[in-house]
Amino acid sequence: MARKISIKDAINEALDQEMARDPSVIVMGEDIVGGAGSPGERDAWGGVLGVTKGLYAKYPDRLLDTPLSESAYVGAAIGAACSGMRPVAELMFIDFMGVCFDQIFNQAAKFKYMFGGKAETPVVIRTMVGAGFRAAAQHSQMLTPIFTHIPGLKVVCPSTPYDAKGLLIQSIRDNDPVIFCEHKALYGLEGDVPEAPYAIPLGEAAVVREGRSCSIVTYGMMVHRSMDAAAALAKEGVDCEVVDLRSLSPLDLDTVIESVEKTGRLVCVDEANPRCSIAADISAQVAQRAFPALRAQIEMVTAPHTPVPFSPVLEDLYIPGAKQIAEAVHRALSGARS
Amino acid sequence: MSTDPLPLKKEDLLRAYRTMRTIREFEERLHVDFARGDIPGFVHLYAGEEAAATGIMLHLGDGDRIASTHRGHGHCIAKGVDVAQMMMEIYGKKGGACQGKGGSMHIADLDRGMMGANGILGAGAPLACGAALAAKYRKRGEVAISFVGDGASNQGMFLESLNLAAVWNLPAIFVVENNGYAESTSRDYAVAVDSYVDRAAGFGLPGVTVDGTDFFAVCEAAGEVIQRARAGGGPGLLECKMIRFFGHFEGDQQAYRGKGEVDDIRANQDCIRKFSAQVIGAGVVKPAELETIDKEARDVIDRAVAEAKAAPAPTAPDLLTDVYVRY
Repeated sequence: MARKISIKDAINEALDQEMARDPSVIVMGEDIVGGAGSPGERDAWGGVLGVTKGLYAKYPDRLLDTPLSESAYVGAAIGAACSGMRPVAELMFIDFMGVCFDQIFNQAAKFKYMFGGKAETPVVIRTMVGAGFRAAAQHSQMLTPIFTHIPGLKVVCPSTPYDAKGLLIQSIRDNDPVIFCEHKALYGLEGDVPEAPYAIPLGEAAVVREGRSCSIVTYGMMVHRSMDAAAALAKEGVDCEVVDLRSLSPLDLDTVIESVEKTGRLVCVDEANPRCSIAADISAQVAQRAFPALRAQIEMVTAPHTPVPFSPVLEDLYIPGAKQIAEAVHRALSGARS
Repeated sequence: MSTDPLPLKKEDLLRAYRTMRTIREFEERLHVDFARGDIPGFVHLYAGEEAAATGIMLHLGDGDRIASTHRGHGHCIAKGVDVAQMMMEIYGKKGGACQGKGGSMHIADLDRGMMGANGILGAGAPLACGAALAAKYRKRGEVAISFVGDGASNQGMFLESLNLAAVWNLPAIFVVENNGYAESTSRDYAVAVDSYVDRAAGFGLPGVTVDGTDFFAVCEAAGEVIQRARAGGGPGLLECKMIRFFGHFEGDQQAYRGKGEVDDIRANQDCIRKFSAQVIGAGVVKPAELETIDKEARDVIDRAVAEAKAAPAPTAPDLLTDVYVRY
């Protein structure tokens, strides 16, 4: 039975149900229980934003608080994954990848290929992404393109509670390493989520709004900004289609191209910095594969090529908004080949 | 000080000798064939260090896991990885241990508990922590061993792993193979403490240092630290002081080494010669028995090289297999 729950609760439920189903699922990370070894309560935090709260009571042996030592515990999750476990490691903020990236991109990503197909690495690295928390340059980035660049990694970024639960369950069951990106500004977002476990295949985009005027292709929090833009444009008689990629690797390019073939126009929206971004990648692939379908230049809306600023005024300018997306749609609609 | 060889059964002594001799033949042969231009890429040889891998791996079964280094051939052979498949891998052939996709620096065989040689120094330590964590959940008394050189002992990944293993009381053992050189830089220049026992103590781990050219010393010390880990006594560090017959990689002219250094260690610190003298001196093994193994080991390597040279190379479709994502 579906009921409305938040993305935070949907992720918690996915972890709970997979831990109940499969004793090889273990969850580790900094403060995911909270209070380890301290005089006060255990499960004091349940993760820095409370996403794993309550799991410790059910699975005290399989929830592991770690030292602040990302190389060691992310690497240990990967090593355990090659040794029969299905670990879910929480990297508190994606920005912390800098201190453990070797284990992710040189180890986990490469084992299967480098060892001639003989190794499976069923690890999930859950990590918070995105701006909007006034958390400044080292706690706010959208580094999805860096992971998407690496062969062997799967990269997922849900935008709704329903997708968050189904994609996380699939990620845990998947035999490849998955970088599961959770937008910190979306944790409180509520939506319909069935209670029973379900898995959403990785590599299937969702058309979250159908339209004929222009395709907006995006993921994560930008799905909601794009929907806001589409709603505003609808009042002007502009009928946008919004595609939520949901997983960036593998990528469902077919759904994107189908949409562009219908609308003839494409706006790629990405919270990442512009160079080598998901937006740039989608633009290039559509230009290569569906050039004849395009009736105008492809437009991109991304963050500027700057670090994420602290000042609320500046951060609000940094994050792509509905107004910029709508302007990009207008540019695409008045494009040269219209 | 060496222990009495007699506590080990004769069959174990002969098995250890065969392992060491096979590693030596493997590496000496690669040295020659690399110089001739037969071998692509980077090759780092373990010759001179055989007693360490052999003395440690004697205590391990297939359920125990090791995370190796860039200098991994000796670990692979001692852990039971098929020598012919290893050679084929080093030649980049399709039938190799990794289908020709890994090469010398990435030989792995998870069925034998060999989690991979590793081109990133220190990277095996967190992985071994993970294997040890999995072993702890399985409750079968299995252990995981991370090998690092003295160079990689300065890596953050390694140091973080010492702490994590101690905090989680993992059945993990960290073996520092101290051959005195981090590539060309001397250990004494690059490591701020004199003793790895002190470094281990700084992370709450018991540590021990042994003469890595003395098989029996390695075997005894490794047995103790492994047994403690199996029994739930937690992680430990074992430093093996050893010597490297060849350069950091093949082609290294080794101008940084002292004059006559390599000749001297080959003459006076060869772990296999020491072992032979000990077992023959104790009257347990006859010289002819060792000579038979010498010949058999040479034959094994000859066959492996011949098979590797004759084996087919991978083909274009192999480029795109065994990777999780294509688009």
